[in-house]
Amino acid sequence: MTALLERSLTVFKEHVDATVAAFFSSCVRCGICAHSCLFYTETKAVEYTPIYRLEPMRRIWFQEYTVLGRILKTLKLSPPISHEELSEWEPLIYDSCTLCGRCSMVCPVGNDIVTMIRKMREGMAAAGHAPKGLVDATHRAVKTGSPMGVRLQALQHQLEHVEQELGFKIPVDVQGAEYMLLMSSMEIMNFPEFIRAVARLFKYADLSWTIASNAFEATNSGVQVGVSDIAAELVERVVNAAEALKVKTVIGPECGHAYMALRWEGPNLIGRPYRFKVLHITELLDQLREARKLRTHSRDVRSLTYHDPCQLSRRGGVTKPPRRLLNMICNDFVELPDNGVMNWCCGAGGGVSTNERADQLRLQVFTRKKQQLEAIKPDAVITSCSTCRMALEEALDEYDMEMPVLSLVETLAEHLLEKKPNHSEIN
Amino acid sequence: MLFTHTVAEILEQKGISRRQFLNFCATLASLMALPSTMVAKIASALEQARRPSVIWLSFQECTGCTESLTRSDAPTLEGLILDTISLDYHHTLQAAAGEGAEQARIAAMLSQQNQYILVVDGSVPLGNPGFSTIAGISNHDMLLEVAKNASAIVAVGTCAAFGGLPQAYPNPTGAVAIGDIVLDKPLINIPGCPPIPVVITGVLTHILAFGAIPELDSLKRPKAFYGQSIHDRCYRRPFYDLGLFAENFSDEGARKGWCLYKLGCKGPVTYNACATLKWNASTSFPIEAGHPCLGCSENHFWDGGGFYRAISLPSGNTANTAAYAVTAGLAAGVALGTSNRSRKAQAENEHQIITIHTIDKADKKDKA
Amino acid sequence: MSEADLFMLVRGPLFHAALAIFIFGNIIKFFEILMLGHKPDYAEARGSAVQGGIRTIFSRFIPDAGIWQRATITVIAGYMFHLGLFTVIFLFAPHVLIFQDLLGLKWKALPTQIIDAATLLTMLALLILLMHRLRDPVRCFLSRPCDYLVWSATMLPLITGYLAFHRFGIAPQTLIAVHIFSVEFLLIIFPFTSLTHAFTLFLARYYTGFTAGHRGINA
Repeated sequence: MTALLERSLTVFKEHVDATVAAFFSSCVRCGICAHSCLFYTETKAVEYTPIYRLEPMRRIWFQEYTVLGRILKTLKLSPPISHEELSEWEPLIYDSCTLCGRCSMVCPVGNDIVTMIRKMREGMAAAGHAPKGLVDATHRAVKTGSPMGVRLQALQHQLEHVEQELGFKIPVDVQGAEYMLLMSSMEIMNFPEFIRAVARLFKYADLSWTIASNAFEATNSGVQVGVSDIAAELVERVVNAAEALKVKTVIGPECGHAYMALRWEGPNLIGRPYRFKVLHITELLDQLREARKLRTHSRDVRSLTYHDPCQLSRRGGVTKPPRRLLNMICNDFVELPDNGVMNWCCGAGGGVSTNERADQLRLQVFTRKKQQLEAIKPDAVITSCSTCRMALEEALDEYDMEMPVLSLVETLAEHLLEKKPNHSEIN
Repeated sequence: MLFTHTVAEILEQKGISRRQFLNFCATLASLMALPSTMVAKIASALEQARRPSVIWLSFQECTGCTESLTRSDAPTLEGLILDTISLDYHHTLQAAAGEGAEQARIAAMLSQQNQYILVVDGSVPLGNPGFSTIAGISNHDMLLEVAKNASAIVAVGTCAAFGGLPQAYPNPTGAVAIGDIVLDKPLINIPGCPPIPVVITGVLTHILAFGAIPELDSLKRPKAFYGQSIHDRCYRRPFYDLGLFAENFSDEGARKGWCLYKLGCKGPVTYNACATLKWNASTSFPIEAGHPCLGCSENHFWDGGGFYRAISLPSGNTANTAAYAVTAGLAAGVALGTSNRSRKAQAENEHQIITIHTIDKADKKDKA
Repeated sequence: MSEADLFMLVRGPLFHAALAIFIFGNIIKFFEILMLGHKPDYAEARGSAVQGGIRTIFSRFIPDAGIWQRATITVIAGYMFHLGLFTVIFLFAPHVLIFQDLLGLKWKALPTQIIDAATLLTMLALLILLMHRLRDPVRCFLSRPCDYLVWSATMLPLITGYLAFHRFGIAPQTLIAVHIFSVEFLLIIFPFTSLTHAFTLFLARYYTGFTAGHRGINA
């Protein structure tokens, strides 16, 4: 057995706990999880059945932690895990799974399959079987702070732009600010309007906020690739910065996986609770709405729908706030069939869009989202995750569908604030 | 004593009219589930049959089978049969005793070779022949001796047919059934504790009338009487089907005559004719009297888990077994669980921190 | 071996052995699972994890609308089988007596005609599930020999019980003995197969609901 395989086995064994044991003990191979998985329903490839993806891990649990399995392993009647097997399983754990979690919602015996797949990524990565794209992104994230290699300079450049447009400074490294905003590299590079929208909204609501120059990246490549050690290191940057600046709340941007990594995985990665709260930007805006600090200035007359990002809604618990916010500005809001926690994944999250090998497949499974949209034919689709936004835009284009994909925050800014920014302070 | 008269002559001597005789034959035919065309055959056969000798050996028995057979009002079938056959040896019914009785037995055996019927009640002890002897001869030896030249052997009662009460746990005498010892003669088992009188006489009459033994099942019981279970003919069956049971002997269900399954009735697994022929000239039978069937015509009915324990219940002390299993399970469970825990802890201890430098290769100071 | 001997064997030593293995095996299973423990969740709770856990134990009995559509046979036949099985096992008078004897608990039984019909429906559902397992691409792909063993071990008590009740074929005492034996077989393999889901599913649902409840999600 190679050193990598041994390392991997150790990691697998570490990650089996009472929940995993209960789940594997309960699976009766009913196959219902397949019918909830985007990748199965749109390709009918049986190996995409969620519980099947876990077969190597199941065998490890069986051989290490059950009496029958231990006996069979000793008698050489249960085969050990091999590199060939893990290699074969790589596309099942990375290319064709976004960790969307629909499988966990439908399993009749209550198995949390997605959490197990997340654990399985740990074993896979430890064995050296993570996709190159994800590994490279992780390299960049650790070295530069951003998976896309966005350095502070690039950010500062964008910030300057926004400051010029808006006529006021964006606070950076402000000690004692109440809120610390994070951003995803995607937003910084591709959707800088987000920064503009947020800055305006925060100003309007008179919030005390800041960006940390040494920890502005929200996403966590360590979680995507499945190496908790690296994920912890990345989270620690944010935690250290937030605690150093003594902020009360850290705000996650429009990104699903970033929210999941920071809000729910983070404290467990570093092994202790935070000394600050974490909110998704829509949660914060919803709080402001609740406190009557936001006002509707205009309404969008288009027929609009909302695509729930998986990690934000189904996995993160932020389903209602976006809708309450949309309620402030929509005249004609229509829900997708299968909305809210049972929404279908855009197909790009969980590292799939970072994995070139999965491009074709990602496009293929978009047919489900296409079907959802065609059922209600909205004028535009709103979402609150930049990866979803990117994926939807690309795919809609490929499928020749004319439909704008809008950021929730940007759309809110449009309608909750006056049309033109105040230029009175421009020098 | 040997007679040369036929059965018909005997009956005439006794003043049994032809009509009574034919009635008897008809009743017998219906008992044996034979078609009515057989009645004439039975009549003519009986008329010509020589009065056969019957030797009745009683081994480890309680005499209940004889009691059952003789509990009769005259004139009855039982009485007719006893008058018809020549009962040359029977401990309870014979007048002779001691050596004289044994002489009568031997005389009958010699003169009616291959023609006498051997009827046996009681089981045979194999543990120590001394447990049960007659005139100093062990049951086992006497059985083989008498069986040697018998035309057929009828094992009357559950003791003779299966082993019965003496064979019940712990079987101190090593009791066995007649069929376990005599292997080379036609054998008819008539189990019951005791058997229904008319079943015994019905079988004997069949032999008389046809010179052959009736159709038997795999346990050598006459199918005519043992072909169906009590449950299948029980008049309380509708209550079973409706799920109406007596829970104890004095509740509403008991008073209303509901099914006695819960009180341990062995009807479903007992073959006998009690539910149809009944007892005491068709007066009643245990279930009708409000008592669950004991299953007395079945093997091991004494050890069947308890007369008042329902069939579906396991025998023995399940609470004990469960307690042992729980204790053992807890012990083994804690041991295995602890092993699981320590295995996991060991894996956590062996965790090598993975950095971007080692993400696709192992740590250098690692085992190769 | 005579009929009565076989009957005594299955009601006696074999039953005790099967019961002991069943209890022993399942207790071990629980310890093997629970003693692995799981780490506390340091993330700030949005909702009650415990309430979420309890909620999911019950909410998972209701299939998701999309699953009804896409896995109709599994859902319907699955329910038909489980409901029928529980009816037959727990509401048939002779069985009720066994539970009363073992656990000291008593409840009313259903009339035997209803149990009879329920048995037929349960067996029908099982047959449908087997055919589906063999022909549906996902289920056929997922299934291991163990799944078919478990199917057989579940079907046998139903068939033999039905036959014993109706006295088809061989002698009733033997039919009942075979039925009891088939149940004993089921009990013995139970802790070592996916049959443990009968108990562990409550744990699994609880854990999933616990995680979701902590995050304020209704799973």
